[in-house]
This record gives sequence, structure tokens and C-alpha cells, in this order.
Amino acid sequence: MNPPGLAIPFGRDGGSRFLPALTMLMVFLAGLALAAVMGLEHTLADWNRGLTGTLTVELPAATGAGDKSLAAALAVLHATPGIKSATPIDRAATMKLIEPWLGTSLSPADLELPRLIDVRLDPTARPDLAALRAKLTQAAPGSVLDDHQLWLDSLARFARSAELTALAVLALIGGVAVLSVAFATRTGLAVHRDIIELLHLMGARDGYIARQFERQALRLALIGGVAGLALAATALLALEHATGAAALFGPGVTLLPALHLRGWNWAMLVALPPIAGLVAMATARLTVLATLRRLP
Amino acid sequence: MVRFENVGMRYGTGPEVLRDITLRLDAGSFHFLTGPSGAGKTSLLRLISLAERPSRGLVSLFGEDLTRVTRAALAPLRRKIGIVFQDFRLIPHLSAFDNVALPLRVAGVAEAKLRDNVREILEWVGLADKLEARPPTLSGGQQQRVAIARAVVMRPKLLVADEPTGNVDDAMAQRLMRLFEELNKLGTTLIVATHNAVLARQSGRTVLHLENGELATAAAARAAS
Repeated sequence: MNPPGLAIPFGRDGGSRFLPALTMLMVFLAGLALAAVMGLEHTLADWNRGLTGTLTVELPAATGAGDKSLAAALAVLHATPGIKSATPIDRAATMKLIEPWLGTSLSPADLELPRLIDVRLDPTARPDLAALRAKLTQAAPGSVLDDHQLWLDSLARFARSAELTALAVLALIGGVAVLSVAFATRTGLAVHRDIIELLHLMGARDGYIARQFERQALRLALIGGVAGLALAATALLALEHATGAAALFGPGVTLLPALHLRGWNWAMLVALPPIAGLVAMATARLTVLATLRRLP
Repeated sequence: MVRFENVGMRYGTGPEVLRDITLRLDAGSFHFLTGPSGAGKTSLLRLISLAERPSRGLVSLFGEDLTRVTRAALAPLRRKIGIVFQDFRLIPHLSAFDNVALPLRVAGVAEAKLRDNVREILEWVGLADKLEARPPTLSGGQQQRVAIARAVVMRPKLLVADEPTGNVDDAMAQRLMRLFEELNKLGTTLIVATHNAVLARQSGRTVLHLENGELATAAAARAAS
């Protein structure tokens, strides 16, 4: 005996065959898009954390032994309220910073390197940067005060644009998923028209018939969703490994930010198949109810 | 039980397939509906079984004026009607048991309660040994008996049968008619469409005759006026 509620032979229509494959693709793409959004959020937060509360003072290359501009700049910095520390970066450290781009074959003597001062701000203080910039220019002509804001703003703009694009892709995937389920449900309704009319004439309420389509849509979407999630997880782990391990210019120096997903990020990705199932269920229900309303 | 007054029906924007139908089926009555192919027998039965709505006129079923009944309220009314189709309309992937159990499941009857009921009905139509058989493995007569079992398993007040003997041999037709007689004796109102006017006349039951979408009485009255 068949279990109750299986009057409609869904296995015999085309929708049952293509819906899992389609859901697999949708969840795979949605997984990648969602991971991109979350990864960019982390990267942006890391950049902010790393650069907020710091300044860099750049002085022109030393012009001779009598050049006092570094000492003068340090004196101005130390005298400014709200500055926690001001540490000159020595030539060796500066060489280390540019080594990934220029290699190790050059000696410091070959280059006219600007001198850098790493400035740490008191997190509670808000120093007047315009006044500080003026004092520094006066004490050490040619000095540049970089608060990293331009760099941060550009990066933030780029990251936000990428995030919006990923969110738009997610929305598009959701829209296509809804249309696909609606199409598959309509096909199912057409293929099983006789049985549906029979159930209707037996006194089946629209909800009874809709439930059969809902269950089928949920089952197929979950099957496809789990497969799509497995594919997305594999791709993301591979990407995480690639961005983390493959240093472009040396250890720890990469052109692209490392994709590092945290526990709750994975939890959100795992939620994609159930979400796909619920979207499929709701779409199937609404499609069936809208179609059945045309029956007397 | 069933009352039609000046009922007309058309499919979509097509011509009227039923015109000025006025009839009354009293509770416990047994009517035959005859007429040539295309006369509108199936359309009339679809109206009675709530598969269609009339384009005009008054239809009253079980004391309910259908013009005042909401769409949602039609479902409980449909459960009081059993339908036997000429082409059986059995679901091929379900067993005879499950086909017969379907109206009960649709009505939400618990599995434990419906088992004995379904077995009893299948026994009544002589198919106690075919519970698990699927329709494609049954003969035409057996399939029609499963269809009748499905139509009566809810103990309907009204049974509508469209050419139930059309696809079975004479012996099986006689057997099916005896089943209908038994049902009628149990109080079910029946209306059976048949192209076999002889069978209808021999039964001694009231015969409604359709011609070109009109009942013969209405057509005769129009011709006389």
C-alpha cells in the first residue's frame, strides 16, 4: 500500500528531474556569492582595524648628516596631545617593506628612501590633523602626514561595490529559483491535470492538493540544495586554501585578501539548502493555489 | 436533492451546450439520462457533480443555492457526491485499495479507520482478492467496479455515473446495474447517463432525454408553442 498523500505520481514529470539539478546550481552560486559578501565584510573590518588609530609621517630622504628634520618631526609629534607613540622606521625595516616589489638585490645605498615615522594615536583622543600637518611642515619641510583615510576610503568603496554586486547576484539567483520552481510546478499541474481534477471533484480542498506539490518541491530542493552546498563548500575550501597559502610576493604578502570564513559564516552557508527548500515550498504552494482558483 | 431551473451552460465564450434545463431529482430517486452523443449528457452531469458552474439559471444541491455558495464551501458538498466516469479515471500507480481509499484520505479520515471500510466496499463489488492490484492489471469490468467502489466509499447522498457500462460487456453491464440498484435501495440518489435507451427503458426508472442541449420535455414544449 502506498503511504497516504501520494496520489500524484510526481516521478513521471520532467520537473522532478530538472529541479534538483537547478537547485544544486542555484545553491552552489548562492553559496559562492554569500561567501564573497561575508569574506569582504571580514576583509573590510580587518583593514579598518589595522589602519584606524595610526598615522604615517613621511619625510624626504636625508640630505646629509646635518639633517635635523627627523628629530624636529618627532619633537612635534611627541608634543601633540593624543599621540601615544611616534617610532621612526629604520632603513632596514623600510627595505623589508619594499622587498616584495623590488627584491633583495638592491642595497639601501642605491635608493633614496623616504624616512617614515609610525605614529600610534590614543584611541580616546582626536588630534587636530590639520594643525599637526601645519606644524610638521614648518618643523620638517617636505614632510607628509598620511592618515590612510584616502586608501581606506578607496578600499571601502571597492569592497562595498563588490558586496553590492554579490548581493545583487544573490537576489538574482533567488529570483531565478522562484521562477524555476513556479515553472516546474505549472508543468506538474499540466501533466497531472486529470488527477488534480479528480481530487478536486472528490472534495479535496486547494490546500490538500497544494500540500502534495509543496512536499515534492521541498524534497527536490533539499536534495539539490545539499548537493549544491557540498559543491560550494568544496570550492570555498579550495579557494580559502589558495588565497591563504599561495603568497604572490612572498610569505604573508598576497595581492588578494585571504578568504577566511568563520564558524557562523559556515552556519549561514549550511542554512542555504533549507532556505532553498522553504522558497521552493512557498513558491509551489502559491503557484498551485493561484492555478486551482481557476477551477469552479 | 437536486433542482435545476432554466439552467444554461456554456464553456468559456462558446455556444450554450445546455439550454433551459429544468429538472428535479428527489432524494432516493433513480434517473437515467439518455440522448445521442453531443446532446449534453456529460455537461449536465458535470453541472450536477459541481465540476462546472452554470452560465445562467438556478442550481440547488442538497438544499443549497449554488449561486450563494462560496468556492471554499463547495468542497464539503462535493464529498456528498460520488462520480463514476466512463473511462474509470483510476490512478494507475495506486493499488485498487489506495484508489478506493483516496476520497477518505482527501476527507482526512484516519488510516486506521479507513482500512476496514475500503476492504468492505471492495468485497461488495467482488474484488476482495484484488486489493493490491494496480488498475492496468485489471480487466475493464474490474476497473469499473473499483471506480464504483471509489465513488461509493464515502457513502454519498448522490451518485452520478457517466456511461458506466460503455466500456464493459453486457454481462458486466447487468452486474453493474444490479450494484446501482442495491445502492439506490440503501438510499443513494442516482443519475446514470447512458446511450443505451433500451437498458434505461427496461429498468422502469424515470428517463430524462437530452437533445441538442435541451431536455426532451422542454424541447417538446418549445416545438408545440
